[in-house]
Amino acid sequence: MTTFNIYLIGVGGQGIGLLSEIILRAADHSGQSAVAVDTHGLAQRGGVVVSQIRLGIAAGTPLIPGHQADLVVSLERHEAMRGLDSAARPGGTLIYYDTVWQPLGVRTGEAAEISAEDLAAACQERQVRLVSVHDPDLTDARQQNMRVLKTIHQEGLVPGISQADYLQAMDDLMTGGMLASNRKLFLD
Amino acid sequence: MKKMGNMLLTRPPFSEIVMGNTALVRAMIETGTRVVTSYPGSPTPEIAAAIASIPPDERPFYFEFSTNEKVATEVAYGAAVNGHLAAVFFKSVGLNVAADTFVQLSLMNIIGGLVVILGDDPGANSSQNEQDNRHYAQLSYTPVFEPADPGEAYTFYKAAAKLARTQHMPVILRLTTHVCHAKAKLAFDAWRPHPRDDTPRFDPANGPYIPIAANVFPMKERALERLSAVRTFAETTALNRVSGTSKRRGIITTGLTALSAEAVLAETEDTPEVLKLALSYPLARETVRDFLATHEEVFVLEELDNLMEMEIKSLAFDAGLRTKITGKTDQAAWMGEYTPDKVRHLLYQVWPDVVPAASTPAPLSVPERPAQMCPGCGHRSAFHAIKAVLADADITVADIGCHTLGYLPPYEMGQLLMCMGASTAMGSGLGLFNQTRRVVAFMGDSTFFHAALPGVVNALFNRHNLTLILMENGTTAMTGHQDHAASGRNFNTETVGIPLRQVLQGFGIEAIFEVDTYQQAELGRRLQEALAVKGFSVVIARHPCMLKFTREQRRRPNYQLRQVGVDQESCVQSHACVARFGCPSFVRHADGRVSVNPDLCIGDASCRQTCPVEAITKPQIRSTEEDPP
Ligand SMILES: Cc1ncc(C[n+]2csc(CCOP(=O)(O)OP(=O)(O)O)c2C)c(N)n1
Repeated sequence: MTTFNIYLIGVGGQGIGLLSEIILRAADHSGQSAVAVDTHGLAQRGGVVVSQIRLGIAAGTPLIPGHQADLVVSLERHEAMRGLDSAARPGGTLIYYDTVWQPLGVRTGEAAEISAEDLAAACQERQVRLVSVHDPDLTDARQQNMRVLKTIHQEGLVPGISQADYLQAMDDLMTGGMLASNRKLFLD
Repeated sequence: MKKMGNMLLTRPPFSEIVMGNTALVRAMIETGTRVVTSYPGSPTPEIAAAIASIPPDERPFYFEFSTNEKVATEVAYGAAVNGHLAAVFFKSVGLNVAADTFVQLSLMNIIGGLVVILGDDPGANSSQNEQDNRHYAQLSYTPVFEPADPGEAYTFYKAAAKLARTQHMPVILRLTTHVCHAKAKLAFDAWRPHPRDDTPRFDPANGPYIPIAANVFPMKERALERLSAVRTFAETTALNRVSGTSKRRGIITTGLTALSAEAVLAETEDTPEVLKLALSYPLARETVRDFLATHEEVFVLEELDNLMEMEIKSLAFDAGLRTKITGKTDQAAWMGEYTPDKVRHLLYQVWPDVVPAASTPAPLSVPERPAQMCPGCGHRSAFHAIKAVLADADITVADIGCHTLGYLPPYEMGQLLMCMGASTAMGSGLGLFNQTRRVVAFMGDSTFFHAALPGVVNALFNRHNLTLILMENGTTAMTGHQDHAASGRNFNTETVGIPLRQVLQGFGIEAIFEVDTYQQAELGRRLQEALAVKGFSVVIARHPCMLKFTREQRRRPNYQLRQVGVDQESCVQSHACVARFGCPSFVRHADGRVSVNPDLCIGDASCRQTCPVEAITKPQIRSTEEDPP
């Protein structure tokens, strides 16, 4: 079995952990072995949060060697650039939710905000396919992770995982109103 | 939804995807662990989260968050000498706090057995340093198990508990950040509950338990004898593992580092053999000697310090072995986590023919994203107000907690940091002979009870001249909102919260000021008054943790999300809100305009007072959440 590496990156509070756990569990439901790890530095507190999943590995390090991520998933534009920089392999794919949570330097006026064009150019240079997701109808920011999952599924960005596997994984982890609204978003 | 608590209590064998920290809790249950204690600290708090998922009346063991790591160790020890298998867990630097007690443990006859679970943090992901706690193990003759992944966290805990119980000794289970937080699908054994035995079995005849004078040496002798018994275990245990093919070259390593090596070597042919030891201390000398004797070159791949390398080299010298042994070759080898990338680089330095150099593209430029205080955080309001009062020359002393983040721009409140509770006493020292630069120390409320009390008492006792600002948010925020002595709840039940003000008054502190941090002008005035006091003064700067508060509110139906806005007509683009108050909810546009990020604003309105032209509008309802999500 070949390994498929997924590197997820976002800002603390965006729901990277849940998104990662759904993909991990969906992979398991699809019969693939997998290991994963979450990395949150100084707690979450608005810093960078990373999660890594390695499909096709039953036991082994969950840490993806540099620039060997087949898929980078991000929930924010600056973090998409960071994930591209540190993890994506040439020929891989970057999918991100196109929203901006300005980093400190941008807010204090010391750094420039990264534009969607900057990111597209960088992807081209690194030979990484870019999939940008944005849904103007989405009112609750906490669902952006599920919106990205929907496109991951529609585009078949993770091999071997079916819709039923994703739904089952969502069932494992959510309940009540949260499950209902996220299922609806995923299926609509 | 799958319920973690139910899963942990399953009787027949089962498989489930779990985090290392969760796997440990199942191991505690299966081994019949009766008492578990802790003080929160990354990377371990999720162990407590897993325990909390089990309904209190079904929990097979007692658990508490104690006031600090030393207390937690003492509670677990007390239970263990009463005959109960006990465990204590905390983060790497927690062992410094626990040390005075911890170093004595191996001298004792711990009839129930005691497992000390350490969450070490190579790479300093969430700690002040990346200290190598194996030094403490050597210092105190305590064995160290080194699990590499969740599966080993589970099996090694069970082995450690068995050893601790049969040898009546303390045993360390040393996890590292990415072992605690790794996830894998594990096959768990059946749980056959042990018959419950509450008998207090403490008997001085099992001792001595009093390490003084003549007792010390027989106690030390026993510790050394146990250690040599454990060495035999370390040499013979099936938990050691060898992988790879080459007889010419070998690697000796432990834990997650072994998995990094295996990942890097998987890409090569005739891979060096990797000897992965289950215990880093005591060293499995026989096993290592045999491995050295059967390889021409051996690389000791050891994260952080070079303890195994030194012992392996001296052992080879004593045995007259000619094997070429390499360990640390440069300073970088002493630093950082041994990730696959790091290990690739280290292997390349030693055996360039085995592992090719990594090629990395020129880095892209991305603005850094340091952790910061949340939208609405009361600490932000406090720092903004305090900064306005203090002069540039004044000295601000930080402490550990969310408020540490005040050291960052734009506040830059906090110029020195050490460890939990250190600010008051460091500030006391900074105040000596100092007539010109006022000293202000910060402190969180969980930290106050953890390790700050002696420093506070000392400031009073020795008449030091400084102002302490107690950043009271009602919780241990940084590590995930654990209750503390002032919260009015412990892990298990309601308690009477210990009021900070009365504690300070009880000590005899007269100059105590209290204010809600959202009242920024008032806080400024109170601080002026406190600074004018000669001697020790305290300002209690209070506001509930807004992350915790908002999460709780949002769990209720019909939560109304409110948000402020920026009135573009009146905004003069002074950027006071976005650049000086610095709430992450503000957005600064390239043309100088400022707006509010609807994904982030919680409508707390603490920002409104910071705008010189009152351009920040009253919070308006943005949406109503019928169902809690
Ligand atoms: C000895 C030690 N134990 C635990 C920790 C982990 N830790 C970091 S911040 C923190 C919370 C401090 O809480 P509090 O003082 O109430 O400040 P808050 O985060 O709530 O602002 C803890 C426990 C540590 N750094 N050192």
